[in-house]
Amino acid sequence: MTDKIDHISRQKFMEELRRYQKGSVSRRHFLGVTGLGAASAVLGAAMPGLLPRAALAQGIGDRVGLATWPNYHDAANFDAFTAETGAAVQVNVFGSNEEMLAKLQAGGSGWDVFVPTNYTITTYVEQDLIEPLDLALLPNYDAASFDQRFAGPGTVDGKLYAVPKNWGTTGFAVNTNHTGGTTPATWKEFFDLTQTTFSGRTMVHDYQLTTIGAALKAFGYSFNSIDPAELAKAEELLLATKPHLFAINSDYQPSMRSGDAWMTICWTGDGKQLNRDMPEIAYVLGREGGELWSDFYAIPKGAPHREAAYALINFLLTPEVNAKEALFHGYPVADARVNALLPPEVLNDPILYPAADLLNALEFGAAATLTDPNRAELMARFKSA
Amino acid sequence: MQRRLSTWLLLAPAGLWFAVMLVLPLCFVLVFSFGEREAAGGYVPAFTFAQYANLPARGTAFLNTLMLAPLGTLLSLLIAYPLAYFLAMRASPQWRTTLLILVIVPFWTSILIRSYAWIFILGGQGLPALIEWLGLGSYRLINTPFAVLTGIVYGYLPLMVLPVYVSLERLDKRLLEASADLGAPPLRSFLQVTLPLSLPGVATGCMLVFILLMGEFLIPAMLGGGKVFFIGNALVDLFLQSRNWAFGAAVAVTLVVIMLVTVSLYMWLMRRMGGVRDDVALM
Repeated sequence: MTDKIDHISRQKFMEELRRYQKGSVSRRHFLGVTGLGAASAVLGAAMPGLLPRAALAQGIGDRVGLATWPNYHDAANFDAFTAETGAAVQVNVFGSNEEMLAKLQAGGSGWDVFVPTNYTITTYVEQDLIEPLDLALLPNYDAASFDQRFAGPGTVDGKLYAVPKNWGTTGFAVNTNHTGGTTPATWKEFFDLTQTTFSGRTMVHDYQLTTIGAALKAFGYSFNSIDPAELAKAEELLLATKPHLFAINSDYQPSMRSGDAWMTICWTGDGKQLNRDMPEIAYVLGREGGELWSDFYAIPKGAPHREAAYALINFLLTPEVNAKEALFHGYPVADARVNALLPPEVLNDPILYPAADLLNALEFGAAATLTDPNRAELMARFKSA
Repeated sequence: MQRRLSTWLLLAPAGLWFAVMLVLPLCFVLVFSFGEREAAGGYVPAFTFAQYANLPARGTAFLNTLMLAPLGTLLSLLIAYPLAYFLAMRASPQWRTTLLILVIVPFWTSILIRSYAWIFILGGQGLPALIEWLGLGSYRLINTPFAVLTGIVYGYLPLMVLPVYVSLERLDKRLLEASADLGAPPLRSFLQVTLPLSLPGVATGCMLVFILLMGEFLIPAMLGGGKVFFIGNALVDLFLQSRNWAFGAAVAVTLVVIMLVTVSLYMWLMRRMGGVRDDVALM
């Protein structure tokens, strides 16, 4: 390990520093395994003396709580927001939509803004956990400039509940140094490799949607299936695969980079970040299909700093700010105004914008998969097997 | 009468604490455990034993916990006892203080951060690379039961060392002199004098470690890669991922019952062995 430190190049050092600044891998893991995200927010809120003083008070209060995903925001944008409004952004990082829903259902999350994924929004509306957005407070949101394919799920029963943040796909990342020159192209190969030459080297997500979805796709079933017979097949495959897994964890970048893991279920942005730093890591969309998703900004019912919530969403939707966010997190944005500001190499990147045939095979997650007790229990059985 | 009232008043804060922070939540958990999962997750009141009937679905988690918790306790004891013995009986007073501080210092750092250190030590570029370099073969250490056990022993060792040290340190050294005068060789003195008199410390250490280990979830998640599941992990999962409060409650109640039974059994056993006085057992 020491020789690594001796030979670390300046470029490598900067990359590592950037990774660290990006979203502290350890914090995400910490929050994931302990569920202490909310506790840290409470602690932070209990010590207002630690918050920056309102420099340019606009009457929106001195703070805004944001619940979001790891590696998902440029901290410089938050600093700019605080400098402009006097409200400090308190970030809670989560590992899955299931966890977010659990926190909101339990009540008293203390969040002002959260980042739900398309398939969860109807459930939030049904459970009365989310408030319809007041467009008058979001002048930077221009519905016409957003691709409806990705903005659509934010509207339920004709009411707008959420505005799009960015979108992406779920495929897998594979280190081609270990595949003997070929790159696997299907979910079937993903599971076959795991049980053979990649034994002990593969990671899967630690929540149901994508892990069960991938197993379903290996049989050619729908990513969203809740059919008991199909789920039974998926469970059989997952249980057979489990002894060959390196880990069940959504925080796969550290293990992929260190070489401990060779393959993992992976989102667009992580695939992009891994591929950029280690070109031998390829990002693959299974030919059978998989997940296409879109993340949103929304405000939970009873948000303690509602005005600050609107101010933050409005700020992040400013095309210039949003473009900086996109360059940071590496996911495509559905806003034409933002695309106009992005360099062509980003807009032509095949990881970000996959070929039409691969893209068309993908499915949006369905609300039923989030609430289905059988999928939840299947995943829990798989993990505790 | 006056005296009695003041006793009650003095007991009240602790009693209230016990009732509000322990008994009341446990009652809720018990009630929840007979309920059902709401469609979108959560809890619907009901009276069914279905959740308890489903317990075998978490069999491996129970098994892992019930194997690794006692094993971790035993390993901690085997490492802690000689260390505590050295500290209490052999080390010079100046060294003793320094060494004791060294045992306690890790406690000043969060177990989370220390577990991260182990991720690097046991990861592919750490110890396995060294072993391979030495030509001793290639091993996978991280995300295995071995890694979990290592993390457990490392994390809980001070909890075992300190009570054992205290009981050895309090030991009346004249008893050892007497034993030697009566012709007992050192080993016999140890087995017949030192060991029995240190049992209260051993009992306390084992209970501290075992009870905390039964609820452990951080170390299995971090060093077991989510593959070595403890009951603690199953509980986190049931409440935060599956949102199945009823089943989660049933698992929690079962865990509490198992703990009450094992700990009572253990205390009864220790008392029969004669080493433990009630007042020190639960220090």
